[in-house]
Amino acid sequence: MADDSKARRFERLVMPHLDAAYNLARWLVRNPDDAEDLVQDGLVRALRYVESCREETARAWVLRIVRNTCFDWLQATAANPLTAFADLDADDDEGTRFTADAFTEPAADPEAQLLTARQSAQVNAIIAELAPEFREILVLREIEGLAYAEIAEIIGVPMGTVMSRLSRARGQFLKEWTKRDG
Amino acid sequence: MADPDSPHLDAWSARQIDAFIDGELDGPARAGIGEHLVDCQACREALARRRAALRTIKAGAQRFAAPRQLRRRLQAEMGARSPVRRLPLWQGAAAAGLLSAAAAALATFLIVLPAPSPLDGELVAAHARSLMANHLTDVASSDHHTVKPWFNGRLDMSPPVPDLADDGFPLIGGRADYIAGRPAAALVYGRRAHIINLFTWPAAGADREASGGTERNGYNIVEWRERGMAFAAISDLNAKELHEFQHLWRSRAAQSP
Repeated sequence: MADDSKARRFERLVMPHLDAAYNLARWLVRNPDDAEDLVQDGLVRALRYVESCREETARAWVLRIVRNTCFDWLQATAANPLTAFADLDADDDEGTRFTADAFTEPAADPEAQLLTARQSAQVNAIIAELAPEFREILVLREIEGLAYAEIAEIIGVPMGTVMSRLSRARGQFLKEWTKRDG
Repeated sequence: MADPDSPHLDAWSARQIDAFIDGELDGPARAGIGEHLVDCQACREALARRRAALRTIKAGAQRFAAPRQLRRRLQAEMGARSPVRRLPLWQGAAAAGLLSAAAAALATFLIVLPAPSPLDGELVAAHARSLMANHLTDVASSDHHTVKPWFNGRLDMSPPVPDLADDGFPLIGGRADYIAGRPAAALVYGRRAHIINLFTWPAAGADREASGGTERNGYNIVEWRERGMAFAAISDLNAKELHEFQHLWRSRAAQSP
């Protein structure tokens, strides 16, 4: 669109994916302040290149930028013990209850499960303790519900890698879950 | 590498089963797994365990919503990059170097005037989000007797859900959404191929008549406030019909119990 200024294009293509971007960053870096800063850094950079963002692949484009920003940061801070054990359960996110609440669970899903608060906390703790690559793929697949092809584009790996990595991530989750729940 | 949870299952099989569950296998591979499952109890059990684990993750894993201040900062960033974005005509003139001092003064004046509601961006985002696959409705029904009770227990309010099908605005369903930093009900109506999202949430303050309507990113928005509730209708429908919808909806809502 010729008359589509950068800002308008950004608002139309990028902003609808802000929640998904923040959620991914929040899970990757495991604390709300860094997640917020990294999403902002990534998206301000994205604003400059927003012409290269195509309508059909906007979500993958946004998430790829944010995940790369987060992985760079994780690498840069890997030696820093202060951030290594940031508390996932720090309850200071605005709108934290947004999707945790029952109201965002599709009411019609017959397979919807009710977990106790303790079980939910365990699910979140187990995912938080997985390696970042496994956290990432579980967030993209199980929370955001993305198809393998879109995940491949975000992470920048072939489909086969998505399949095996996802499978290993699930295997690890299952192993921990069986340990704790059993 | 054997799956520690199921020694029978090598990594390749686990991967095929996962892709099978996710519906990501092509026809022949899918059929192959299907046949194998008939014969192999160990894989059937692995499949069941896998499925159960996935349901557990889906039910328990938290999705963090972006903080409001982050959204605001990004919007400020957009504004800084494009100060005259609502006036493409002036922008064109500026690019051509034709903008006189008088016109500049006038442009500044114009930019200050039509201050759009800070909520418009959120409404556009929520509307756009709802149009993405499988996000339009949580309860899909053209029956207002189904949609209205659905909100009970999910939100601390129960909005009126008038049926406007006879007027060419069929009810499509309802959804729980998030506007102005709090849960909001979204009623979804149709008009030909257009989707209308009517957001409503409790709001203190005096009643306010419907605005003349604003246009943002190609969407028309009409907002009003009555009986302690804020309302915002947004659609790519033309402004005239969106106003018609707003009038009809309010008169029918006043009649419904």
